[in-house]
Amino acid sequence: MSSFPRPIATTRSVTGISTGKLAVWWLIASEIVIFGGVLGSYLMHRIGHPEWASHAAHTNTWAGAFNTLVLLTSSLFAVLAHQAADQKDGKKAAKFLYLTVLGAFTFLIVKSIEWTGEIQAGYTISSHTFWSFYYTAAGIHGVHVLAGAIIMLVIASDAKKGVDLQRVEAVGLYWHFVDIVWIFLFPLLYIAK
Amino acid sequence: MISKYVESASSFAGDIDHLIWLVTVIVGFWFFLAEGVLFYFILRYTAQDGVKGQYITGEDPKQKRWVAWPHYLTLLFDVWIIIAAITVWQHVKQAMPQADSTVRIIAQQWAWTFVHPGPDGKLDTPDDIKLVDELHVEKGKTYHFELQSRDVLHSFSVPVFRLKQDAIPGRTIRGWFKATMAGGFDIQCTEICGIGHALMPARILIENHEDQAAWVMSKSPAAAATGGTP
Amino acid sequence: MSSSSTATAQAPEAEHDAHGHGHGHDAHGGHHAPQSFFHKYLYSTDHKIIGMQYLFTGMFMALIGGFTVYAFRMQMAFPGMSVPGYGRVSAGDYNALVTTHGSVMIFWVAMPVLIAALGNYLIPLMIGCDDMVFPRLNRLSYQIFLLSVIVLIASFFVDGGAFGGAWTSYPPLSAKAQYNLTPLGAPMCLTAVALEFAAFLMGGINFVTTVMNSRAPGMKMFDVPIVIWSIIIASILFMASVGPLIAGAIMLLFDQTLGTAFFDPNKGGDPVLWQHLFWFFGHPEVYVVLLPAMGIVAEVIVTFSRKKLFAYKTVLYTMVGTGVISFFVWAHHQFVAGIDPRMANIFSVTTLLVSIPVAEMVFVYIATLYGGSIRLTTPMLWALAFIAEFLLGGVTGIYLGSSGADIYFHDTYFVLAHFHYTFFPIAFIAVFAALTYWFPKMFGRYMNEAWGKVHFWGTIIAFNFIFIPLFLLGARGDHRRIYDYTHFPDLMKPGMQDLRVLATVSLVVLLCFQVIFVVNYFLSMVRGPKASANPWKANTLEWAAPSPPPHGNFPDGLPTVHRGPYEYSHPDRQEDYWPQNAS
Ligand code: HEA
Ligand code: HEA
Ligand code: CUA
Ligand SMILES: [Cu+2]
Repeated sequence: MSSFPRPIATTRSVTGISTGKLAVWWLIASEIVIFGGVLGSYLMHRIGHPEWASHAAHTNTWAGAFNTLVLLTSSLFAVLAHQAADQKDGKKAAKFLYLTVLGAFTFLIVKSIEWTGEIQAGYTISSHTFWSFYYTAAGIHGVHVLAGAIIMLVIASDAKKGVDLQRVEAVGLYWHFVDIVWIFLFPLLYIAK
Repeated sequence: MISKYVESASSFAGDIDHLIWLVTVIVGFWFFLAEGVLFYFILRYTAQDGVKGQYITGEDPKQKRWVAWPHYLTLLFDVWIIIAAITVWQHVKQAMPQADSTVRIIAQQWAWTFVHPGPDGKLDTPDDIKLVDELHVEKGKTYHFELQSRDVLHSFSVPVFRLKQDAIPGRTIRGWFKATMAGGFDIQCTEICGIGHALMPARILIENHEDQAAWVMSKSPAAAATGGTP
Repeated sequence: MSSSSTATAQAPEAEHDAHGHGHGHDAHGGHHAPQSFFHKYLYSTDHKIIGMQYLFTGMFMALIGGFTVYAFRMQMAFPGMSVPGYGRVSAGDYNALVTTHGSVMIFWVAMPVLIAALGNYLIPLMIGCDDMVFPRLNRLSYQIFLLSVIVLIASFFVDGGAFGGAWTSYPPLSAKAQYNLTPLGAPMCLTAVALEFAAFLMGGINFVTTVMNSRAPGMKMFDVPIVIWSIIIASILFMASVGPLIAGAIMLLFDQTLGTAFFDPNKGGDPVLWQHLFWFFGHPEVYVVLLPAMGIVAEVIVTFSRKKLFAYKTVLYTMVGTGVISFFVWAHHQFVAGIDPRMANIFSVTTLLVSIPVAEMVFVYIATLYGGSIRLTTPMLWALAFIAEFLLGGVTGIYLGSSGADIYFHDTYFVLAHFHYTFFPIAFIAVFAALTYWFPKMFGRYMNEAWGKVHFWGTIIAFNFIFIPLFLLGARGDHRRIYDYTHFPDLMKPGMQDLRVLATVSLVVLLCFQVIFVVNYFLSMVRGPKASANPWKANTLEWAAPSPPPHGNFPDGLPTVHRGPYEYSHPDRQEDYWPQNAS
């Protein structure tokens, strides 16, 4: 992987912003519209159907709140990892990245417990359009959490060797974005009852 | 223009034709002007030996006005078209003139059901006349229609009326028309609705007052009971 | 990473070593160890190879798009006949052919050729660097695209056949197998489109970052050639509009496969929601393909009229303006779809306003010809034909944007002819201009001019004979996606079937003329006379590289830019051109 010959294009930086970071910003921009599409559709339906509140009442607000806390903490670790990377301390950056990944997996575990309970209670993706939105929106977000965790593991193992430290900041940006999406999902799916 | 080929059989068909004619004149003028200048330049400025191209940046306001003025003019013409278009639209789709009668139109894969009020002139009474693929209306009467679908999207289109409206399952969409010409014409389904989409034609039969009354009588259960046929 | 806008061929190696990569040297310069065919052509990260892969895949898909239209138009002209090469076209086949034709032409021909192929090939060359900033992401993007092609083609052969619910896939028809009768075709078609979107999102991010960060030293914002700008603006437009449709596609896929009811009115869903999500993307999408075509035309016109582009900045602003307005017009596809009729008034206004920047662009191109020294080479003929033909497609959009008139025209052949008069110029006329213009660069040889002109006239004349009749038929009430008009007495009036036959025959003629192009194109690659580095005496940077450019593009060192791209016939110069990199 690292023996890949990089083109000169990669080393230029006309804007003064590193290429990886720029790309992550554009990635985030395109993701915003994807989540915008899901949440916009959901909001339109929700406003048109006040009676969905009775379904929303069956979501587990405490699990959601706990997960919000977990993600916020992990975002903090991502910031610390970035700081460490700025100081060229790859080992420390990797350590904080692992902590962030720990947060990601905690989030996913809580999520699976939650979903198992709900599915056992008979609320599946096809039982009502509220639940369809609930599983779809949170599911797409969950896939992003998982993807972020895997990317962070790869970057952390490079960072440990002091390679490509600039990526730590880029993945941190992405992680903050995933976090912010959850900050929107949580009130919309769990609190609005 | 359109009415040369497709009869104009509703009260608003003329308005729509007129709008189409207006757009044709305006964009036709621009279209031929632009094409004319384009071809003139191509012929006029074909490469000649020893003649170099001119160096024109087009940034100077004096040069820019050659595109700026046409640009302002198109804006002006746009406004004209918008006003005409919206006027027609509001007349056809937003205003709902008082109805003399109401029909219900139900689309499904792949047939139309038309529910006509019977002799009592009301829908949802036992004397309603239900017909498949045939709609009877009276010339000169204002109709409201209630458009419904049983399965997928369809679209109720009567070219001679210049009328078109999609049917959406789960909703009732209302609209109106007033026929101005007697005769039989096509009804089309203009929204793709599966493999039978091309097999969803129906006919609209526009009749004079007497014919319509006779038809209603012939179809009404009362007439059937007494065995009377006109 | 330090900013190094003055990067020379030397500096980056130091950076590479700092990162612990000792192989920086291999990345550029022509002195490569010989590579296997697989690594050189199939698994390459070189932007030019990836561009070609997209190009040839797109051409192959054009054959599918062309074959499907041939089959269904034959059925329309001669109902019930056994079409040579296809057989009998049933009602179900007809719908599947139309759907496949529409989706293939837009998503697998226009998009990959105009944006992915030309973007990949031209961006690094025209901004003066050696590759894209993320070469492996680029390769991955093509691989995902190829996968989407495979999924789409596989969907023709599964049980129930290919999806036939139109390229717009309106639910409930598209959502439930009981309605569309293609239980596998429908989700596969949707999956293919989603994969294709993923590929183009990756490509788009790569394009935008490359142009932002890796321009040649000295190349300022307004020194970037218009075609590059147009591809970048199109990529951003795509990124910003496709999100809701990706969301919608996931929801529709779940409706098809998991039994959800996002678009099912009987269970609290809303079918019209899909239309909003689709057209919020669908309308900007037409400008996503329009802008690169406009960019190509700008490059060709300036080169062959030896003129500076009239008001460069105006072109740029109108492109951005078109992009911005395009986000506010989507519901003009839904005037009679059951939306609140008051909404039509707003969307009618925005739709007509979009004609202003597009008109400005056209006016600017015409003004560029003024005072030029015009050479009617094959690429120039294509570029001029683009303007002439696109104008008709553009102005007919005004009928449709006028809400009152659209009540009549919606879903008739008038709409169809409108958008073929825009799409055909974009996906074929402009592409032919590009392929003939950059041919010497891509393959180091010339194409045959005489055959090029035969192909040009044959194609242009046949094209007009296909779609002018369709305008007339549309105005007379022919509606779309009907495999056999004999069921509609009013549509079988004298002369109408003759027009349908005329369109079909012209299509067959047009297809025959494409054989000339394909033969000329591929034969010229090996037999054409050799071309120099800058055969058209053009200014932009790709002409500073050898023809064809080696891996790394600029073996004599990367160029530095001193001026804008369109300094033709400058009064202070003996020569009538002034390359961007010439000191
Ligand atoms: C790349 C393709 C492309 C392009 C560029 C356009 C450009 C335009 N389109 Fe088109 N359109 C499609 C592709 C395209 N369209 C497709 C695919 C569909 C149908 C999809 C389907 O249903 O399957 C469609 C359908 C469509 C509809 C819906 C019709 C219906 O289904 O009922 C409408 C309605 O407003 C519309 C309008 C316009 C307008 C106003 C423009 C404008 O951008 C045009 C602007 C250009 C000009 C106006 C010409 C230059 C200007 C002048 C010469 C100046 C003079 C002009 C004036 C005074 C106004 N289009
Ligand atoms: C980019 C878009 C594009 C292009 C180029 C075309 C090209 C053509 N289209 Fe198509 N068409 C659509 C997009 C396009 N179409 C869409 C979106 C629909 C709606 C689908 C729906 O309703 O769901 C449609 C529907 C449609 C219909 C309506 C069917 C119906 O509603 O019943 C018809 C009917 O005549 C038609 C005809 C044609 C014809 C004759 C061409 C000809 O111009 C084709 C000529 C073909 C070629 C020229 C290909 C061969 C060329 C080469 C091999 C050359 C080398 C290749 C390259 C340079 C890349 N098209
Ligand atoms: Cu019903 Cu088409
Ligand atoms: Cu549009």
